[in-house]
Amino acid sequence: MVAEFMLGENSYSPEEHARRLRRSILDMALEAGSSSAHIGGALSIVDVTAVLFGQIMRVNLKNPEWPDRDRYILSKGHACLAYYAALHDIGYISDRDRLSFEKTGSRLLGHPVMDRSIGIEFTNGSLGMGLGLGIGVALAGKKRHKNYRVFVVMGDGECNEGSVWEAAMAASHFKLGNLVVIIDRNRYQQTGSNSTVMDLGNLERKWRSFGWDCEEIDGHNYNEIYEALNKNRSKYRPVILIANTVKGKGVSFAEGDNAWHHSVLTKKMYDVAIGELK
Amino acid sequence: MLDDKKIKNYSRIGSRATFGLVALELGRQIENLMILTADVSTSAGLDRFKKTYPEKYLDVGIAEQNLISVAAGLASEGYKVITTTFAPFQTMRCCEQIKVNLGYMENDVCMVGLASGVVLGTLGYTHCCIEDLALMRSIPGLKVLSPADCGATAKAIDAAMKAGGPTYIRLTGGARNEIVYESDFEFNIGRGIEVKSGEDIVLLATGTMVSTSLRVATLIESKISISVGVYDIHSIKPIDKELIQNVSSRSKVIATVEEHSVVGGLGSAVSEVKSQLEGGAPQIFFGLPDRYGHGGEYDSLLQSSGLTSENIAQSLMNKYRAVST
Repeated sequence: MVAEFMLGENSYSPEEHARRLRRSILDMALEAGSSSAHIGGALSIVDVTAVLFGQIMRVNLKNPEWPDRDRYILSKGHACLAYYAALHDIGYISDRDRLSFEKTGSRLLGHPVMDRSIGIEFTNGSLGMGLGLGIGVALAGKKRHKNYRVFVVMGDGECNEGSVWEAAMAASHFKLGNLVVIIDRNRYQQTGSNSTVMDLGNLERKWRSFGWDCEEIDGHNYNEIYEALNKNRSKYRPVILIANTVKGKGVSFAEGDNAWHHSVLTKKMYDVAIGELK
Repeated sequence: MLDDKKIKNYSRIGSRATFGLVALELGRQIENLMILTADVSTSAGLDRFKKTYPEKYLDVGIAEQNLISVAAGLASEGYKVITTTFAPFQTMRCCEQIKVNLGYMENDVCMVGLASGVVLGTLGYTHCCIEDLALMRSIPGLKVLSPADCGATAKAIDAAMKAGGPTYIRLTGGARNEIVYESDFEFNIGRGIEVKSGEDIVLLATGTMVSTSLRVATLIESKISISVGVYDIHSIKPIDKELIQNVSSRSKVIATVEEHSVVGGLGSAVSEVKSQLEGGAPQIFFGLPDRYGHGGEYDSLLQSSGLTSENIAQSLMNKYRAVST
């Protein structure tokens, strides 16, 4: 059962934690103004992000570069608003930095740029590279007998990239039980649904056939996310959770509407959305 | 680090096998070394390394994109990482991974491109690499080295490991590599080396073409009474601007000589510097033509590209006469 998220003297239920992150995402999207922001894919992965940062990952609130920290790699870099919201929530990203999103000179661009002092592990944005990086980090952990886990978040559309499958093959070959992938399966990619752009077929069977411990979960059900991430599993098999999600989840006008993949959030729409997240 | 015995031995086995021997030395010296390959341990001369240091060796299979990402992940955790495979697969197949994971993120990975140029011409142009200098040179943050012989290959790898940061080392030539450096010498990244003094014509050469250029110099000097200088430009990036400026102002003709396409390689790097100078000697490009031929034997491909000492010497004498009259 997923517990409350303790942050300093405050504690939040997972629902409230995720709502905080959603409001934060919208704040940043509003700041981006006419340069627009990737909103849909950030809202679909934010519940998983909340459970990871709130209940699962070992982090040191005082030291983002703590050597034993669990590593989080956002391979679907365009969903960075959810990442930044989580890093801001645990105090790695300052209020001022958060509201500088996509502005000239900001540390927070429309895709994450490596900055370990604020918890951004790697530069991502070009799809299909995060898993290979995660393999390198997981191998390093095993070689040094460290206990950290490596979490890589990918998109379903991202699985179009051939490099994903090169990495998929390698992770099971190297028996990386310290590597966990979560696929944000919102069933959409930039210009349409997966099935119209490039049908992924049976994703579970594909990953299982590559040697992964694969489980399908509801990516908006906090208990399911928590249980799947907390389960005792083989030390020698990488894990993949295929999280069924809704693009734009939590904001009624954006839910399931792929126009919100990358779009401008006006003040009027922002007010409506924030109203729904009280 | 180099002695006469090593130099002769390296030269006999060629640059690829030299890399394997250098790797063994690095395995002894560097605690946190990792050498990654894409199913080329034998071709890279790494079979002994693999047996001696299994914990420092990783094969990612025939998957070069993943090779670079995994290397970057390890490097980001503090490992000193070397990756290697044949030059086209080491550079072109995974070019964007190199851009993002090495150039942009500045991860400390040294890539060694095997059998670059046209030494594998009998296998066709899939296995030749005439584009790697152009591609690697255009990625910000990368250092690009192109050693002239096997001893220099050892020096370049050593220098790259000591300097750190993303680096590409281009290996050219086959077994029985010609010796340019008969004894140990100083190899500094960013600094060219005068291998033969001379002023009237200056050849700026890289890789296998340094020894060819030395023959060019001898040929010209045996025919006309001028002096011909030869410089080894082993460091394509950063390039030795001072050297180029210097020779440009005091010689009458400059030639760039490389076993690489005339587009984007050493010749282009030199001309980028020269174009910023007032006046200076004209530059003639010697390199591989901007086209894929049918492939064929190494010597015949060099010959048909005009990369023989006789052809280069003749062209330069003609040019020298033209500018002197």
